Amino acid sequence: MLYVLRRILYTVPIALSVTVICFLLVHIAPGDPLQMMLPDNATPEAVSELKAKYGLDKPLPVQYLVWLGHVAHGDLGTSISTGRGVADELSAAIGNTAIIATGGAMLGFLMGIGLGLVSGLCADTFVDRAATTIAIAAISVPHYWLAIVMTIIFAVELNWLPAIGIGPGGVSLSWEDLSHIVLPVLTLSLIPMGIVARTVRGKVVELMAMEFIQTLRAKGLRSFGILRHVVKNAAPSVMAVMGLQLGYLFGGSILVETVFNWPGVGFLMSNAILRRDMPMLQGAILILALLFVVLNLIVDLLQTTIDPRIRRRG
Amino acid sequence: MVDVSLTAALSDIGEHTIAPSRSRGYWATVRCNLRRDPRAVGGGLVLLLLVIGVVGAPLIAPADPYHASILARLKPIGTPGHLLGTDELGRDMLSRLLYGGQSTFLMGVAPVLIAFLIGGTLGLVAGYGGGAINMMIMRAMDVLYAFPSVLLAVALSGALGSGIGNAMLALTLVFIAPIARVAESAATEISHLDFVDAARASGASAVTVVRVHVLGHVLGPVIVYASSLSSLGIVLAAGLSFLGLGVIPPRPDWGLMLSTLRQSIYIQPMIAALPGVLIFLTSISLNMVSDALRDATMVKK
Repeated sequence: MLYVLRRILYTVPIALSVTVICFLLVHIAPGDPLQMMLPDNATPEAVSELKAKYGLDKPLPVQYLVWLGHVAHGDLGTSISTGRGVADELSAAIGNTAIIATGGAMLGFLMGIGLGLVSGLCADTFVDRAATTIAIAAISVPHYWLAIVMTIIFAVELNWLPAIGIGPGGVSLSWEDLSHIVLPVLTLSLIPMGIVARTVRGKVVELMAMEFIQTLRAKGLRSFGILRHVVKNAAPSVMAVMGLQLGYLFGGSILVETVFNWPGVGFLMSNAILRRDMPMLQGAILILALLFVVLNLIVDLLQTTIDPRIRRRG
Repeated sequence: MVDVSLTAALSDIGEHTIAPSRSRGYWATVRCNLRRDPRAVGGGLVLLLLVIGVVGAPLIAPADPYHASILARLKPIGTPGHLLGTDELGRDMLSRLLYGGQSTFLMGVAPVLIAFLIGGTLGLVAGYGGGAINMMIMRAMDVLYAFPSVLLAVALSGALGSGIGNAMLALTLVFIAPIARVAESAATEISHLDFVDAARASGASAVTVVRVHVLGHVLGPVIVYASSLSSLGIVLAAGLSFLGLGVIPPRPDWGLMLSTLRQSIYIQPMIAALPGVLIFLTSISLNMVSDALRDATMVKK
C-alpha cells in the first residue's frame, strides 16, 4: 500500500512538469498569437487592450497558473482555425484514437506473444531466425510508409477496403464501418508485434536456461507444464513493455491518422500544425502526454500486483 | 510506435558486461565478432551503398533534382532517361532520391550524435557524482521521458515551426533523456566497484577516475544504444518532414517526397512508395548493425 501511494505521489510532479512544458510550447513558438486576431493597422492601445484581456501582460508564472486553472476546469482554449473549443474537439476525437490504438495494440500483442514464444522455444533454429527477422523488420518499418503501402495494396490495387476516413456510422459492428478500421489497426499492430516478440523471445530464452526450469523438467513435467511456468515468470516484464507500447500508439497516432485521414487526436494535431493553430496543438499534446503518464502509472501498479518483488526494489 | 528501440534496447543494456581483456583487447574482439556476423556485414554493406549514393549524389545523379517538366509528369519506372520514373512535377525520381537522402541522413543521425555527447556526459556526471547531482539531472530527464518520443518530436518542432534546424533541435532533445539514462545506469554500476574506490583513495582526481576507469565501461552500452536510436532517428526525421515539419519544398527529402507523392498513389503507386523503401532499408540496416553490435559487445555466458 505504501508503495502504491508513493508511486502515485511520484506521478504528481511529473504530470505538473508535463503541463509546464505544454504551456511553454506556445511561448517558444515564433510569431505573436495576437497578430492573427488583430488587423494589421491595429493601434498600440488596441494591442495592449487585447493583451490585458487574455492576460498576456502578466509575468509568465502568473500566466501559467491562470492557464493551469483553466485546464483544471476542462477549458483548453479555442481553436484558431475552427473557432470551436479545443476540449470539445479533443473529446470527440480521443475515442477514435483509442479505437485504433487499442485495436492495433491488442492485435500486435497477440501476434507478438505468439511469435516470441515460438522463436524463444525454438531458439537458434531456422524458425527462430525467420521469426527474429520478421520482428526486426516490423520494428524498423516507417509506419507512415507502411500505411501508404497498405492503402496501395488493399484500397488501390485490390479495392477491398476504403483508403481513408471513418465509416458513416462512426465505429460500429457493421462491415461498412469496420472496413475503415482494418487498415489503421493492421498498420499500428506491426511495431508492438515486433517489440513484444523480441521481449518475449529474450525472456523465454533467459528463463529456459534457469535452474528451476531444468528442475521441473527433471521432475518429469511435460512441455506444456513448463510453458505455464515460463509464461508466469515472463508476464511482468512483458506487461511493462506492452503498457509502454500502448502509450506510444496513442502518442504516435499522428502519422498513421494523417495518412488514413482518421478523425482522431493525431489528425487534429496534424491539421493544427498545418494551420499553426497553437491552442489546438497544445491541447492535443497535453492530453496525449497526460494519458501516457497515467498509463505508465497503471502499468507500474499492475506489475507490482503480479510480481510483489518489484515493490521491495523500488 | 516507432519508439521501438527505446524500450527494447533499454532492457538489453542492463545485462551488459565487458569482455575480459584478452590478448587482443576489448574493441579488437568486438570487431572480430562483428566481422563474423551476417547482420553486421549485410546491414553494413547496404548502409555503405546508401551513404555512397547519397553523399555522392552530385556526381552520380543523372539529372537536376529540381528540373521540372510538365510533359514528363509521373512517368513509370524504367522510362528511358528516367530510370526510376518521374514525380508529380516531372522531376527525375532517381536524382531526387539520391539528393533526398542528404537531409534525411543529416536530420536523423546528427541529433543522435549530439544527444550522444550531451546525454552521455549528463549520464556520466549523474552516475559518477551520485547523490544530489544524480537526483537533479535524472529528475530533469524524467520530465522529457514523460512524453512518447514521436509526440515530443512533433510537439517541439510543431511549436518551433518547420525547417531542418528546428527538426534537428527537436530530435536532439528527444534523444538526450534516453541516452542519459543508459549512461547513468552504466556509470552508477561501475562507480560502486572497488577498483574505482581504490583509484579515488589513491588520490586520483574525479576527472582522471572518470576518464581512465569509468568512461571505457560506459562507452560500450551507450554506443550500442545510440546506434539503435539512429534507426529511430531516420524514421522520425523523415516522419517530421512527412508532416511538413522538417524540410521545406522544393528541396528533395525522403519524408517530404513520400508526403507529396501520396496524391499520386492511384496513378503511379510504385513511384509513390519508392522514398519509403529507402527509409525502410536504412532503418532496418541500422537496426541489424545495432543488434550485431550489441551481441558482439556482450560476452556469451
